[in-house]
Amino acid sequence: MEKQVHIEPVTRIEGHAKITVFLDDVGDVKDTQFHVTELRGFEQFCEGRTLWEMPGLTARICGICPVSHILASAKATDAILAVRIPKTGEMLRRLMNLGQFIQSHALSFFYLSAPDFLLGWDSDPALRNVVGLVQANPDLARKGVRLRAFGQEVISRLGGKRIHPSWAVPGGVNAPLTQEDHQWFLENLPECKDTILETIDLFKSSFDCEARGVLGEFTSMYMGLVAPGGKWEHYEGLIRIVEQDGTVVVDGHDPSRYFDIIHEASEPWTYLKFPHYVPRGYPDGMYRVGPLGRVNVCENFGTPEADAALEEFRTTISRCSGKVFDYHYTRLLEILASIERMEVLLADERILDTRIRAEAGINELEGVGIHEAPRGTLIHHYVVDENGIIEKANFIVSTGHNNLAMNMAVNQIAKMYISKGNVTEGILNRIEGGIRAYDPCLSCSVHAVGQMPIDLSIVDADGQLQRRITQD
Amino acid sequence: METITLTIDGRTITAAPGQSILEVAEANGIRIPTLCHLEGLSDVGACRLCIVEVAGQLVPSCTTQAVDGADIKTQTDTIKVHRRMILELLFAEGNHVCSFCASSGGCELQDLACELEMHSVTVPYSYPRNRIDATHPWFLIDRDRCVLCGRCVRTCAEVEGAHTWGFAERGSSARVITDLAADWGEAESCTSCGKCVEVCPTGAIVLKGASNAEMRKDSDLVARLTERRDHE
Repeated sequence: MEKQVHIEPVTRIEGHAKITVFLDDVGDVKDTQFHVTELRGFEQFCEGRTLWEMPGLTARICGICPVSHILASAKATDAILAVRIPKTGEMLRRLMNLGQFIQSHALSFFYLSAPDFLLGWDSDPALRNVVGLVQANPDLARKGVRLRAFGQEVISRLGGKRIHPSWAVPGGVNAPLTQEDHQWFLENLPECKDTILETIDLFKSSFDCEARGVLGEFTSMYMGLVAPGGKWEHYEGLIRIVEQDGTVVVDGHDPSRYFDIIHEASEPWTYLKFPHYVPRGYPDGMYRVGPLGRVNVCENFGTPEADAALEEFRTTISRCSGKVFDYHYTRLLEILASIERMEVLLADERILDTRIRAEAGINELEGVGIHEAPRGTLIHHYVVDENGIIEKANFIVSTGHNNLAMNMAVNQIAKMYISKGNVTEGILNRIEGGIRAYDPCLSCSVHAVGQMPIDLSIVDADGQLQRRITQD
Repeated sequence: METITLTIDGRTITAAPGQSILEVAEANGIRIPTLCHLEGLSDVGACRLCIVEVAGQLVPSCTTQAVDGADIKTQTDTIKVHRRMILELLFAEGNHVCSFCASSGGCELQDLACELEMHSVTVPYSYPRNRIDATHPWFLIDRDRCVLCGRCVRTCAEVEGAHTWGFAERGSSARVITDLAADWGEAESCTSCGKCVEVCPTGAIVLKGASNAEMRKDSDLVARLTERRDHE
């Protein structure tokens, strides 16, 4: 008899989700589904609001990554003002985004994921969390907490508060960097660098290439922004998509024309849509974003220590890693790159300039803002009327890009670890871990509104449609 | 000079005849919350937040004259309950979402919610959906954030003399309008002086271009202007 295994809720991710594993007659995995069960509605209720409210309004999409939304939104509004923001404004926005990378990646690694692989996949679930990590390795836990706190402090000092800082505005930012905060950043960066170098060493020594296969490995494309020359980029840049073997599929694509190459598909069993690369269709046009995506698409980080670490990572794999577990590795590499990028920004005296905002009226009726959020490429796209009132808003968030890949990861892990109906807690945790590796933010990723069109088909083993329930 | 004597919250106070209870209280450092009242404008008693108790009756202190021998209470439990309910109704009638409002941090309605300890709204929200009028080149009005205090209407009439702002309709349909309900950008009587922006206590009338929490208003503007005129 067929059997379903539900994992609900999936823990230690941002938001709520459900996984269903369908077993066949003998208890092997037949199919899996990763359901996102929240419904938001942001695209709809942005309509009718003003352009100037958008950074603050869309920041409320999420309490985990508000900075990412504020910056993507501010970039979309810059495009509608048709201004080039002052250099210092751009540098400060970059500084905040790097702070966000550090705090978000540190949260994902030290708080949410490290308990799995440092304490053991099959360890006591009651202790398989950050508290257990503190007991088992207090020094590492303390350093991880301090690293994340640094990232948060960067955001707080620049924007006035840690969560939902209303600081990035259409045309730039609304407060400059103070001498005091500049000094504080400089004084605290070295400790952060020591921590991340130590953590990368620990990670490398704990997991060789084979061990990093624990969460599966599969072929996909990868997408991210890159700077000229293919350098790792997080704020500006052009879209690049590569194959699993590193072959470039798309390069130099104008981000404001994202819709030429990315479309979104919907499924009745989840609120999260499925972005895919248009020429390959759905679901074949699967690509991955986020730390692994960015590292796979870029040629280098452009800073010495991060590049040395990247070189070492790449010696263990082919040009691009397809291992889900390498999301963790690349997340650590990106923390190091972010710290080095911060050093470069802070050494440039223009960072203290007070010309930080360009003011203008409505000069374009459409604007796209794209940058790299910690979890991947984030897209805000607005259409306004002559007076700056939003007529249409479209968001494609990082977690959405990875939806096909997360489903693939779940399917693969389920097939690796479940057979003949044998399901243990540790196996279920590995499936969750497959999702957690992508550090999904489900609060962000769901923004459909109204009644979801549902077309549920029940098909028997012979492929005959037994029953169909529709709602539109 | 003729004087009257009355008590406010047990304090014996001397005042001039013709003063409102609110004026007497403020002159003696007694805080009464207000919203539609603004120094330099006539009082209309629209919001009812300044209610006080006089001989068992609740009356708006801004439009009630202080009389000789009156015993006035400003902070009884009954008053507090009613003030908070009035405030809740104001919140429930509009969409006062502070998180992305330009006036957050500089909003009199927000300040009142803190002062009156309104931790939640216990009546159902009406979730109005008025169109934002951003047709004026410099200013915009979000009527879902309007509390109908009428400060813009009185300032435009009494201080600027333009009479651009007025009220239309009644009850829950009441709203402030420019000219004869023309879009603000089309309102020929508007001088674009911007005083309505400065006196609006919430984020209803704001400068275009002001982002989240950036709007800071100069609500004393009218008092300064009228005082200077009185000296001419």
